[in-house]
Amino acid sequence: MVSDTAIFEAVGEVADPEVPVLTIADLGVLRGVRHEGDEVVVTITPTYSGCPAMDLIKHEVELTLDSLHLKGRVETVLSPAWTTDWMSDEGKAKLTEYGIAPPTGRRAVGGPVSLSLTLRCPLCGSPDTSELSRFGSTSCKSLWRCNSCREPFDHFKAI
Amino acid sequence: MSDPRANDLSTYSLRLGDDALIAAQRTAEWIAAAPQLEEDVALGNIGLDQLGQARSLLQYAGTVEGAGRSEDDLAYFRDEREFLNLQLCELPNGDFAQTIAKLLYFATYQHLLYEELRGGTDETLAGVAGKAVKEVAYHVDHATQWVLRLGDGTDESHRRMQAGLDAMWPYTAELFASDELVQRLDVAVDPSTLEEEWLRRVNQVIDESTCERPTSAYQHSGGRDGRHTEHFGYLLAELQHVARSHPGASW
Repeated sequence: MVSDTAIFEAVGEVADPEVPVLTIADLGVLRGVRHEGDEVVVTITPTYSGCPAMDLIKHEVELTLDSLHLKGRVETVLSPAWTTDWMSDEGKAKLTEYGIAPPTGRRAVGGPVSLSLTLRCPLCGSPDTSELSRFGSTSCKSLWRCNSCREPFDHFKAI
Repeated sequence: MSDPRANDLSTYSLRLGDDALIAAQRTAEWIAAAPQLEEDVALGNIGLDQLGQARSLLQYAGTVEGAGRSEDDLAYFRDEREFLNLQLCELPNGDFAQTIAKLLYFATYQHLLYEELRGGTDETLAGVAGKAVKEVAYHVDHATQWVLRLGDGTDESHRRMQAGLDAMWPYTAELFASDELVQRLDVAVDPSTLEEEWLRRVNQVIDESTCERPTSAYQHSGGRDGRHTEHFGYLLAELQHVARSHPGASW
């Protein structure tokens, strides 16, 4: 029998379709692998309720199980809710390299005091950046611009 | 369905799911029609969040009901009187200020509701709420920023923002209407308990925007009983016609 750890590592290699440098293990979207009898159950969690990538991720996980000749299914769980804390440090480093500012670990809204947070430009490293929109190309990102190199960039929102 | 508690729980989930679904449908109407590209993307994202919440809630309503209805069955194959959403959610978007007023009222309400629900004893509802509350915080923030900018902007933007706030106000009492079901169902949040804090938050934004707090003696009601405005049938026609024209189709 293939161990749960080995299966976790294998399905953990599935890439996020929106940010292909990240795997679902980097993102923390992959929650766990367990056996129920001779069936493998893989649990995943969405970053946002309406994340349209979930169906594709589920399909890719099923294909990976197939390639390992394993019988299994994928379950989606909502609780505990995903936060950007689930993202691995390796994942955050890969994001920066890809040109997306990683989550800072603090939420931009919802606290008792609204803070204006600065982000480093992932392209030139300047801290002189400004937010263009709280909502970006996908639910999990906001849109920023660097005032030094003038390039727009995405920021993976902290939630 | 013989178990009365399951019946209540299914109906309750359906109410919240319908709110989110119908709000999502209206919000999505702005895609490719918003005043600027960033706003187009923002409203598209907000609609997607609402749709995601709707899917989870409708799926749960169907599971608890136990009659084999999926989220799609519930969204596409119910008629007007079977929808239990608040009338506020179905109102036409009007101009941009009116949409923003609606979003301020609705998102503030959803935020308070989900905050309560996430600490509740129903594991699924708490899970959906725990996820959604973080998304809705962004919706509240977005609506707030626009109300301030438009209200405290030019004469014309102020006039429009005030008109938007006034137009949506007569549909807000319904958000907090209590009934036997929410009082009977242990895991439900009685919405009347949210009204005071909602008023405080909304009034704070309105005051800061230099608009006047709306006053309206008349308040509409009926959404929770399946009674809807004359606009609702048209919305459903657009939402449902592809699924009904091609039953069983998948893509």
